[in-house]
Amino acid sequence: MSSIDDLFARLRSEGKKAFMPFVTAADPDLEFTQSLLKALDATGCHLAELGIPYSDPIADGPVIQASYTRALNGGVKLEAIFDMVANTTPQLSMPIVTMVSYAIIYRLGLDEYLKQAKAAGVAGAIVPDMPVDESAEFAAKCRAADFSLIQLITPTTTKQRAIEIAQQTTGFIYYVSIAGITGERTELPPDLLDNLRWLRQQTDLPICVGFGISKPEHVELLKPVADGMIVGSAIVRKIACAHPAEGGKTAATVITDVSDFARTMIDAM
Amino acid sequence: MEVERPPEPVVGYSALLKNTTIRFKQSQSQRITVDDLVPGFQNHHPKLTHIAYAMPTSFLDQSSPDAALPDDTGRYGDFGGRYVPETLIAALDQLEEEYLAARQDPTFQSELDELLRDFVGRPSPLYFAKRLTQRCGGAQIWFKREDLNHTGAHKINSTIGQALLTLRMGKKRVIAETGAGQHGVATATACAHFGLPCIVYMGEEDIRRQSPNVQSMRTMGAEIRPVTTGSRTLRDAVNEAMRDWMGSVADTHYILGSVVGPHPFPMIVRDFQAIIGRETIEQSQTRFGRLPDAVVACVGGGSNAAGMFYPFVAETDVPLIGVEAGGHNDDRGQHASSLTFGKPGVLHGSFSYVLQDEDGQTDDVHSASAGLDYPGVGPEHSHWKKTGRVQYRSCRDDAALETFDLIARTEGILPALESSHAIATGMEVAQERGKDEIVVICLSGRGDKDAAEIQRLRGSEQF
Ligand SMILES: Cc1ncc(COP(=O)(O)O)c(C=O)c1O
Repeated sequence: MSSIDDLFARLRSEGKKAFMPFVTAADPDLEFTQSLLKALDATGCHLAELGIPYSDPIADGPVIQASYTRALNGGVKLEAIFDMVANTTPQLSMPIVTMVSYAIIYRLGLDEYLKQAKAAGVAGAIVPDMPVDESAEFAAKCRAADFSLIQLITPTTTKQRAIEIAQQTTGFIYYVSIAGITGERTELPPDLLDNLRWLRQQTDLPICVGFGISKPEHVELLKPVADGMIVGSAIVRKIACAHPAEGGKTAATVITDVSDFARTMIDAM
Repeated sequence: MEVERPPEPVVGYSALLKNTTIRFKQSQSQRITVDDLVPGFQNHHPKLTHIAYAMPTSFLDQSSPDAALPDDTGRYGDFGGRYVPETLIAALDQLEEEYLAARQDPTFQSELDELLRDFVGRPSPLYFAKRLTQRCGGAQIWFKREDLNHTGAHKINSTIGQALLTLRMGKKRVIAETGAGQHGVATATACAHFGLPCIVYMGEEDIRRQSPNVQSMRTMGAEIRPVTTGSRTLRDAVNEAMRDWMGSVADTHYILGSVVGPHPFPMIVRDFQAIIGRETIEQSQTRFGRLPDAVVACVGGGSNAAGMFYPFVAETDVPLIGVEAGGHNDDRGQHASSLTFGKPGVLHGSFSYVLQDEDGQTDDVHSASAGLDYPGVGPEHSHWKKTGRVQYRSCRDDAALETFDLIARTEGILPALESSHAIATGMEVAQERGKDEIVVICLSGRGDKDAAEIQRLRGSEQF
């Protein structure tokens, strides 16, 4: 049982849903990311996704892309990110999973990535450019290391394939609400609830929904059918304001803004 | 279902499943059914209708195991695959299925053949560069004149084919990326021909250095979307096109411009470009009564080279030389020689050689030629490098620029700056060989688009 399994077992027994913020590591710097993670944990977030900045993120919309670019322009390296995480996780009650490109995992080496992530107290990984067909080797290693490998199911996934993905997933299923890239949407697709209800019947794994979610109304809508909700761009957009070029708010102000937003979303759960 | 019967030896069961293994000379074929080959096969494999093993326009007995690639998982040995978001998988499956069906559909093939002949102007000539040969003093240098195609480069071989596939899939909109603008122009042209709306993603830096092509695309009704992320070149244009496709897969086909990206793109683009190599083989047989002694092509993503090389890899042991962009020098960031200096890794949906740092972040790269200014390369080239079937060399900016001038003056041809890399190295290859040997260089495109940029690079009015 990884800490993610524990989390959802607990939430289920309490009849609660998970709120899961996404933040980019090192945007604008690692010290900020560390303070933000602590603040989000204190606010009651249930799990955080830490985006590992990548130069060519094809699944990401302009907000997260720009955030990765800012982080990389700051010169951050993977080693420094894992150091920060290692220093932070002992002080958090929420698990951390990394959102990370397979390009990065492969370059470091599958075993080495797992070793470093585990040592830093990371509970799992979401690898958005590693579909299930390419995941066998890494999935086996993750299983052996009790490290959750969270796979994605999207509106374009066929039913048969969705079942296969669910069988290969550990931790939780990441259900992508829309066929498209990350970024806030005002409306969620009309068949989203039906798709989630169908998926619910196929698996006992927790199902968390992400992409496009940005408002308490979305939480209201999804609450009956999802175990958790992931919010990325809406948060990263606020973080961008910590940059001199994008508003230049102080770190403390931005952290308060993001925490307030997280609280509103958690209250809607 | 009827198929063309291959010549002896009779094709076996496993070979039937690997669609690309089975190609044969039409003259030797006769009509037979699948069940004649393997009784009961079709009942066991209803999916067989999607598997093309009789390509009406093809020709070659393929004995090399490499001719059978990619395998069922889209791999060329270790390389290739599909490292893309789940959202795109259904579209890639659909594309593969439609393409394999189209490949065995005589109507599709004859429509394609007719367009290649009447619209593109194929076959492209094999031309003897006599004065250049005299000057080099080695083997005879021949150019495969892809620059004489409609729109001035090899790219149209693939865009016409992919536009036909778009129609076949019932998709209503086309997107593409472009570096040099040649692929953008070829896509805009194919879309204008078929009345398909076309959006081209192009890096801001490339829009600047290839402005004549930008004008042509707009004139043909394409919308140019400038890409301002990252290095503002080809790599970022691919990212943006992929992002568009993430949200538009249902009604949009992405006409990828090279043998890169997730399976089945490297296979489809290679197959559509393979007409270059097939014609070269045929023309060599006719002109010389034999095959050339070496074949040279430039490698950006690798489509003109793959198209030229693939039929040779499949059938012959002719030495093949791919030429990458050597840029300013061998330092990181100063060149775009992925096969020469890169390592296996993942970029744009494929596992292949790539220029990356130790964290897996893609390097910024440099080439004076926009079409070669790319940090990755097609997975099949990585395989050919690994097996040693193709030799890869690197040619620097200054040598390519010098060659551009030389070819203009000795042959009356303005080669694309991309192709100038192939010619510069091809001249070296010719010098390494005797006078009765034949070196064929793929002249992938014409250089009108480059003249202004070359003038700017030189900072003079020399032109
Ligand atoms: C004339 C020409 N040659 C070569 C290339 C490089 O592409 P590839 O390696 O796919 O042939 C390009 C790309 O734009 C081109 O325009």
